[in-house]
Amino acid sequence: MENIIHSVTLNKDKCKGCTNCIKTCPTQAIRVRNKKAKIIKELCIDCGECIRVCPYHAKKAITDSFDILDNFRYKIALPAPAFYGQFDKATSINSILHALVKAGFDDVFEVAYAAQIVTRKTRELIESGKLNEPIINSACPAVVKLITTKYPNLIDNIIPLISPMNLASKMARIIAKEKSGFKSDEIGVFFITPCAAKATCTKIPHGLAQSCIDGVFSFKDMYLKVLPYLKDNSEDNNLSYADFKGVCWANSGGEVASLDIDNYISVDGIHNVIQVFDEIENDKLGDVKYIEALACVGGCVGGPLAVENNFVAQTRIKRMAKTAEGRTPDFVPEVDVMWEVPVAMRKQRNLDDDMLVAMQKLSKIDEIYDTLPQLDCGSCGAPNCRALAEDIVKGYARESDCIVKFKERIAQMANEMLEVQSEDF
Amino acid sequence: MSSFKVQYTVDGEDFSIAGDASRKLKKVLQNLGVAPQIIRKATVAMYEGEINMVIHADGGVIDVEITPEKIHIFLRDKGPGIPNVSLAMTEGYSTASDNVRELGFGAGMGLPNMQKYTDYMNITTEVGVGTTIEMIVNTAV
Repeated sequence: MENIIHSVTLNKDKCKGCTNCIKTCPTQAIRVRNKKAKIIKELCIDCGECIRVCPYHAKKAITDSFDILDNFRYKIALPAPAFYGQFDKATSINSILHALVKAGFDDVFEVAYAAQIVTRKTRELIESGKLNEPIINSACPAVVKLITTKYPNLIDNIIPLISPMNLASKMARIIAKEKSGFKSDEIGVFFITPCAAKATCTKIPHGLAQSCIDGVFSFKDMYLKVLPYLKDNSEDNNLSYADFKGVCWANSGGEVASLDIDNYISVDGIHNVIQVFDEIENDKLGDVKYIEALACVGGCVGGPLAVENNFVAQTRIKRMAKTAEGRTPDFVPEVDVMWEVPVAMRKQRNLDDDMLVAMQKLSKIDEIYDTLPQLDCGSCGAPNCRALAEDIVKGYARESDCIVKFKERIAQMANEMLEVQSEDF
Repeated sequence: MSSFKVQYTVDGEDFSIAGDASRKLKKVLQNLGVAPQIIRKATVAMYEGEINMVIHADGGVIDVEITPEKIHIFLRDKGPGIPNVSLAMTEGYSTASDNVRELGFGAGMGLPNMQKYTDYMNITTEVGVGTTIEMIVNTAV
């Protein structure tokens, strides 16, 4: 049984029941029912497209409240590399890390540093020649979920490495134990996330038996906490260890750039990723060794919980990456980067387990679809007429949900009444 | 009802929509609960067939019959026919025009791929009349 927890959720009070989110959802996981959007949990991949597109800000990503910091005696922040691109006042990565500590933590550990280690391991695995090509990156949890939901044939192409975020959490906890002397459960590890997908991943990580992350805060929430401390930049100790390659993971193309291969694809934006995956499934991609697929346009820097304009932040990241020194920490714990557990296909939603019954239902869907206006307007609450026909057969919707059909029906009834009237007089 | 039949018309004029029928078939097979690896075999084989129809035969008609045991596909076109079937089955052999090759098609892998992804394939062709390709993909994993 799949454990379904999603960071993406709906604020019912703000939802007007419009069609923006249902039309943009890449897995058709949203319906409007009784004037409110409803997320079909089995289909949601936490990509956050609905958060981006909702004009009423009714879709949001659940992250933790800062109160949970009080549950721990030693607190470590794990900023995603894209966090460095959020501040126009920041003069260096080090200044951001110091501000982060002052905002309520005892230490920081850069996810960018863990990313370097993932890159090293990725290169080893590519060179081993043992992986199914095209190899697909595993760092974007929305992409991994897209595969387990819609492209189960590609599960064996995902590189079986834990994400930089999860690696960072393991390393940070070991280092903190050494440094502070506190016990494991007294140490709190907190990820600063650009997106809903990674927020979900801190609760149910792919490739790990259980999460090593104690809490997650969004870029937006953390931004306001960090901002007041950014002015003071006179610190002499350097908290930054990541190098150019690690920091560049924030941007699309940053991961593949340090793999030293030339037959790769770097694709960003969930709808573009879907196009590339269709090509692989149709065996049309040709000689491609590695695919860096990221759900957000521009990469993690374009995450739905980011503050700064995506494109401004991309340039800033590139500039900051150039100043990253790439130092070696005094103590680098040995942590296994390979998946502890494989990722599994999510249950497919067929029409019926008995194929003959499924065939009957499919015929019925075709029949109903032929009677619908095929305008794909979305006014019924389903993303298109085909989806409405499916929902009707599955028992989730009625034909009268179609506004066009409903209008036709009213016109017909009005005509009938007129006829009755003319008969009487 | 012991089988599900569906027919697709392939438009010969437009490259950009080639693949439409196999995309639709994929959705049908998913709805019927066919295993993902079987869906992949059937849709790749059909996609190649569709592309061939567009490149060589100005379109055609695809009939698919699905039973719990197998996916039976008939690709029928009124194109120029295949003069030498065994040569056409050779990997890398293609009669596609340079225009078509520039678009990334016509690599001579169409028929060999269709053979590779199906459990049975039979080509009936007559020069100047057209080609019918029958393919079967078993649904047992």
